[in-house]
Amino acid sequence: MTHISQTTPRPAGWQGIAADWSSDQRAFKNVSWGKAMMWIFLLSDTFIFGCFLLSYMTARISTRVPWPNPSEVFALHIGGSNVPLILIAIMTFVLISSSGTMAMAVNFGYRRDRRKTAILMLLTAALGATFVGMQAFEWTKLITEGVRPWGNSWGAAQFGSSFFMITGFHGTHVTIGVIFLLIVARKVWRGDYDTGRRGFFTSRRGHYESVEIMGLYWHFVDLVWVFIFAFFYLW
Amino acid sequence: MAEATANGLGQHGLGAGHAHEARTAAPHAEVHQEHPIKLYLVVWAWLFILSACSYMVDYFGLHGYLRWSLILIFMMLKAGLIVAFFMHMAWERLALTYAIILPPILVLVFVAMMVFEADYTLFTRLVFFGDGP
Repeated sequence: MTHISQTTPRPAGWQGIAADWSSDQRAFKNVSWGKAMMWIFLLSDTFIFGCFLLSYMTARISTRVPWPNPSEVFALHIGGSNVPLILIAIMTFVLISSSGTMAMAVNFGYRRDRRKTAILMLLTAALGATFVGMQAFEWTKLITEGVRPWGNSWGAAQFGSSFFMITGFHGTHVTIGVIFLLIVARKVWRGDYDTGRRGFFTSRRGHYESVEIMGLYWHFVDLVWVFIFAFFYLW
Repeated sequence: MAEATANGLGQHGLGAGHAHEARTAAPHAEVHQEHPIKLYLVVWAWLFILSACSYMVDYFGLHGYLRWSLILIFMMLKAGLIVAFFMHMAWERLALTYAIILPPILVLVFVAMMVFEADYTLFTRLVFFGDGP
């Protein structure tokens, strides 16, 4: 490996450091930088949500007070009986469906089928907005029932803070995803990726790979929900 | 490794003009992920089935180790399907796959540390405050 160390002369100081770190040594070869950077961002986001779920686990293990039973807390009164977790189950199905439509949008994007791609992305955004709406309903219901970050009437006080922080951060991610879905869908619809129109922010030409990179973010949001559903709602 | 070395050599020179230095790929190296739509529909269906299964765990009120192991199994299967097929990780370059998949597994070390820490916190709380609320 010694020959790697032989490089052209570097400028001194910070410029040299920057030159070394940016010297075109691609680890991921044929993976475009956009996709690699999205994956690295998602990795860092994984750690953020990992820390949230860890803090929730720590709070739940260490409290002397019984943890509220999520099955009862999130039950809805439908047709004279309490159906446990039904709203959360519907939210799960909505988000999974949005992932399905997004995956197909990526597929049609690579086939240069602008119409289907844009429609599927708009459908994905609509499902995402539905999810956020149901989450807002759930928050409203819990807040009117007296759940606060510092306490609730069913048990451990940490339930409220864990719930609002974890679902709030996830809901924010979904909302941002919906906004970006609409932006990318508009670009697809207008044919930006075929005509090579430059983006308003980066002034660079987009590609249909942008749809896949957008899809990576969206699937990640779905992925995080899988873990939240398992650990917070079902456990 | 040989490939990595060759590429590292080929790309480090700043305009030195080696023949193989010019990037062989197009300026925008786009790896097309074209798979039949049926694949996505099948994965979608499985995600529905697995979600329904994990909901049933709660609906039928299973508890104890059976509940926890079922929750974890369904969760991992769903996560695996999403990452492998929807996020196309099954077809990505291994260098990327390992760079992304391995680090989150190390979070398990953190989990183990916090389980010990939380158990200790609970122990001290029980000792100093008693077991009543």
